[in-house]
Parts: sequence; C-alpha cells; structure tokens
Amino acid sequence: MTIPTHRAERVSAPAGSVEFDADVLVLGGGPAGTWAAVNAAERGARVVLADKGFCGTSGATAAAGTGVWYIDPDPALRETAMANREKLGGYLQDRRWMARVLDGTYQQSNRLADWGYPYPLDDRGRSQRNSLQGPEYMRLMRKRTKQAGATILDHSPALELLVDDDGAVAGASGVRRQKHDRWTVRAKAVVIATGGCAFLSKTLGSNVLTGDGYLMAAEVGAEFSSMEFSNPYAISPAFGSVTKTLFYGWATFSYEDGSVVPDAASKGGRSAIARALLQGPVYARLDRADDDVQHQMRVSQPNFFLPFDRTGIDPFKDRFPVTLRLEGTVRGTGGLRIVDDSCATSVPGLYAAGDAATRELICGGFTGGGSHNAAWAMSSGTWAGQGAADYAAQLGRATGRKLSSAGTIAFRSRSRRAFEPAALARAAQDEVYPYGLNYFREASRLQGALARLDAAWRDVSEADAAGEADVLRAREAAAMLATARWMYRSALARPESRGMHRRDDFPDLDDRQRHYVTTGGLDEVWTSVRPHADVAYAEAAE
Amino acid sequence: MIEVIDAERCTSCDICVNVCPTNVFDKTDGIPVIARQGDCQTCFLCELYCPEDALYVSPFADETQPVDVVALKRTDTMGSYRRAVGWTDDTRDRRGVDRSYLLFGH
Ligand code: SF4
Ligand code: SF4
Repeated sequence: MTIPTHRAERVSAPAGSVEFDADVLVLGGGPAGTWAAVNAAERGARVVLADKGFCGTSGATAAAGTGVWYIDPDPALRETAMANREKLGGYLQDRRWMARVLDGTYQQSNRLADWGYPYPLDDRGRSQRNSLQGPEYMRLMRKRTKQAGATILDHSPALELLVDDDGAVAGASGVRRQKHDRWTVRAKAVVIATGGCAFLSKTLGSNVLTGDGYLMAAEVGAEFSSMEFSNPYAISPAFGSVTKTLFYGWATFSYEDGSVVPDAASKGGRSAIARALLQGPVYARLDRADDDVQHQMRVSQPNFFLPFDRTGIDPFKDRFPVTLRLEGTVRGTGGLRIVDDSCATSVPGLYAAGDAATRELICGGFTGGGSHNAAWAMSSGTWAGQGAADYAAQLGRATGRKLSSAGTIAFRSRSRRAFEPAALARAAQDEVYPYGLNYFREASRLQGALARLDAAWRDVSEADAAGEADVLRAREAAAMLATARWMYRSALARPESRGMHRRDDFPDLDDRQRHYVTTGGLDEVWTSVRPHADVAYAEAAE
Repeated sequence: MIEVIDAERCTSCDICVNVCPTNVFDKTDGIPVIARQGDCQTCFLCELYCPEDALYVSPFADETQPVDVVALKRTDTMGSYRRAVGWTDDTRDRRGVDRSYLLFGH
C-alpha cells in the first residue's frame, strides 16, 4: 500500500523555540503512541509525535519483553480467553470491548509480521505471535512511524496542552531537553499516549512514566476511571531493576533462615510476599524450573539474566533477595476515561491510548501479566490515531483559532516559596510505595495518606514557577502527587475488595459495587460512580 | 546503573546520547560523558544500541558500584546483552528464538 504522506509543517518561531503546524499531535512514543501516529498518518493526517525520551527505547515495553493477548479468530478460543479473565478482573470488563481488542490485536500483529517482525516458529512451523521482544518491537515501530510520514521529536517532553476559546484541545508545548529550547505544536487533535505512572520506582523501563499526560489532561478537565486499581507490585531482585513476574512462577520464596514463606507465589500469592517483606528480607530461588524451562527462559528473555550473570548468582540454584517494586497505573488498570469507540476522552480534541487510558474495558480491575496491556496499546493506539485524524479532518482548516496554554502547577509565579521537585516526588513516593498503605488498604490509613498528599498539593500550589532547568522535574513530581490523590480518593470510594484493589476493612467483593469509579480535579479531587454496562441494561429491562 | 563508557572502544558516535530514554549522557567534543548517573533506570538499552560494546551497565539499580573494566573486557561482559538478543552480525539468528509461548500459562 502506498500512502500519500502529508508532513507536519515547521513554521517560523521566536528564537529559542521551534513550532510545528500539524493535524494530530501524539504525546508519547511507546507502542500506543507509535500505533496512533502510524494510523493517523495513514488517514492522511499531518502528524507530530513528541517523546519525553527516545521513541524506540522509551517506556515499559521497549526495555522488556511482553506477552500479547493474541488469540486466533476461533470463536471458541476467543470465548474462553474472555471468560477466563472475568473473575480476575472483578467482573468489570466489557465483552464488546474485549472482542474488539482481540480483533484489533490480531490485525495489528499480522501487520507486524508483514513489516518483518521476527516472530518465532514453533516445532510445527507455525508463527507464534503471543510474545514480543521489546527492543526489537519498538525499533521496528520507530521505523514505521517515520515511514508513515510522522515527524518525531525525541527528548521533547510535553509540559502543557494548548486549548482554543471553546476549551477544545489544540496542541501542546514543551522543552527539547537536549537542545535547551522550547517546542510548540499546534494541532487539531492530541493523543495522550504517555503511559501510566510508576512513581520512579525503577521497575524496568518505567522511569519516564510519571503520569505527565494525566496532569496535562486534568488541567483541561479530563476525567479518569478505575484509578483505585493502581497497586500492582512486581518482583525483582532486591538490588536490581528487572521485573519479570512470569519467571517467578517457578520460584520458591523463603525467609532469611531458609524456611519457606507460606502461600507465597508469583501468581495468586504475591500478597504473602508483601506481608513477609514487611517483617524482613525475602529470598527467591527458581528451583522449580527444569532444564528445558531454564533454556526457554534464557533465550526468551536475556535481560532477566543480566542481574544474575553480572553478580555471579545462579538463580536456579542460589537464593537471592527479592523485593516488590510498585508498578502503579503502568500495570494497574486506571487511566483517562474513554468515552467512545475512537478512544476519545471527555474533552473535545483529546484522545487517549495505551497505559495512559483506562484498561478497565478489557481488564476490569486486574491485568495480570503485560499481555493485555500490549494488546490494548496496539488496539487503542490504532483507534485513537484514526479517531484523532478523523476529528481533525472534520474540523477543516481551523485557522484563526486563538490558543492559550492550559498549564497551571509549576508555571504560576507565586513568590512565597521555591518549587522543590525532588522533595515533592519523595513526598508522593512515601505515600504510595509502602505495602501497608497501598497494597493493603484501609480507610483510616488511606485518609491519613490523603491528608498529607492534599497538604502537599496545597503547598506546591503556592510555590513559585519552576526554573528552566527544573520545570520538567517539577511537572513530573506534581503529576505523581496528583495521581496518588486520584488513586486514594478512588480507593476510598470503593469500600470492598475487587480486582487488585484490596481493603483490609472490606475484604470481600460486594455485588452492589459492580460499577466504575470516576475521578478528576486538581485542587479539589472528586469521585463519582458509573454503572457497568451489564448492570445498566439489566436495570433498564426491569 | 550505567558505570562505564570505555574510551578505548568508543568512537564518539553519540548513539547512546540519543537513545537513552532518561537522558543520562551529554555530548562533548570527544566521547560522551555520564552526566546524570542518578537518572539511570538500569534498562540496559544503551548497551544494546552501542555499536562498539563500549558501555557497561551495572545491574545495581539504586547504588553505584566499583567496576573493573579490564575484567569486564576479558570476560566479554561488555556487549554480552547485544549478542544475547541477536543484535550483532554473528548472532542474528537469535532474534527469532523467543520461546515465551512455551512458558505462558504456567
Ligand atoms: S554509543 Fe558507544 S561508541 Fe557511540 S558514543 Fe556511545 S559509547 Fe561511544
Ligand atoms: S541503562 Fe538505560 S537509563 Fe541507564 S544510561 Fe543506559 S539507556 Fe540510559
């Protein structure tokens, strides 16, 4: 297929800045962002993709390997794949969306194969498409994004959105951190694909994921959903960054003295590990992996072995200390609320894809491994890119719009105190890392954390604008703080245990709470409840 | 964390400066410098992209470590990740050997 490419136009700009005129601006260059850029460009849109780091290495996928929720289009197989997930996710998935995503993922995976992704062949010569090697996949996606005609801005974090007089989103601006200048892109639609928020916990590849897109979207009034499902923790060696929870399925977990931690398991027993870690160190040994499995692990995920090979540990024979690193909304299911099939948000001109968007529609309140996130990134990226391109086309020339910057925090001059990004980031981490606050939740502990987080927000709202060198860090820290507040307000609004959200004070699932929790707001954080589609239909039928 | 840019091997191509997602390196007139080691997220991606096997990322994510570059070179540790994933000419066949499909569902 030859695609007529239309490129975003670089327009004249004051010294110290660059400006582009585009139809669609994509923020974030991971899987969702690149799929969005490719698809928007294929619809004839002029596309700019701005990544905080480098499109191709940025984000949770590039550094790791990921499963993909890829199921052959056999109705029985698809039915099983959907049914298997319902209990895990707390019955909050939406069947129609699950089916759409399975279709979308199948189609995009076929495109990857056409583009030359080296899918492995099994013993019978069949191409196996339910796993992707991150570096390989994202190197290919960068190439395809360029070939589609999109302009990529690397090391160009967005700092704030632009809006027109009617409040529709019309671009963004940020900094080019290696060129020490500013960028502005005027666009008719913006796709937020900046990933979730892992609070700088160093879970593999996640330190660019600080919720920046959430903050920008909240400043234009966007809504979030399922933010209470934001407390997955991944197992890694205590000293290292490589989180590959799948492989710990072959591990035995033990205390310092060598005795086995009861009920500890990677799947279905991670809370036992968290409880043991509250008491002292926990060790793992992958002693249940036989020679075949050991070999398959080595060839499938070489980076898993780097921390071991480089410290002389044999993970199959030696015990090594492990920890749980918070993955926040990267592996949680909360994010920007999606209002229609094109992945539009509640704000005109603003679309969301990948981990920046809620994954409640296919995962409910629990993701498990990364395979649903990967499937969602491909599918939602495609839809958001197409949706944004169509919206831009329908907007027409859109000349003469008066645009203004929507950024608030870290941009306001208040003389009272200086902005201290590092201290602010730590303040947020202190409330979301502890297993006793976030893994195991309870009303009074959540309220205590919220009181401290709200106080920190009021404090920083009165801080002076961040300096040029600090503004990115300041915005990241503010985004983390805001994310923590949406998480815990939503957690309080769900007095039950469902999906990954567990309340010590409400340990059971409550059938009457089969609904979604919506949240939003910055100075005042609010929550409300939306019915699940099935429940809404049932009530209508009564 | 990133610990080593080996001046002997580095050709100042600046690829690492471009590809590091957390912007740890700075360009110079000669070989790049590790300018913000504390921002390193220990993702090993710079090692994958360095064509000269001139970088070494220590697996310790939270603290710096003393490293013995001579020993790293002797044991072929530098470049080992690139070879393992098939990103060198003589290991290209490893790009298609993912066996994850045998491990899922455990
Ligand atoms: S990528 Fe390797 S060779 Fe190139 S500048 Fe960096 S260290 Fe030197
Ligand atoms: S390991 Fe990752 S974060 Fe650290 S310097 Fe290399 S590319 Fe950058």
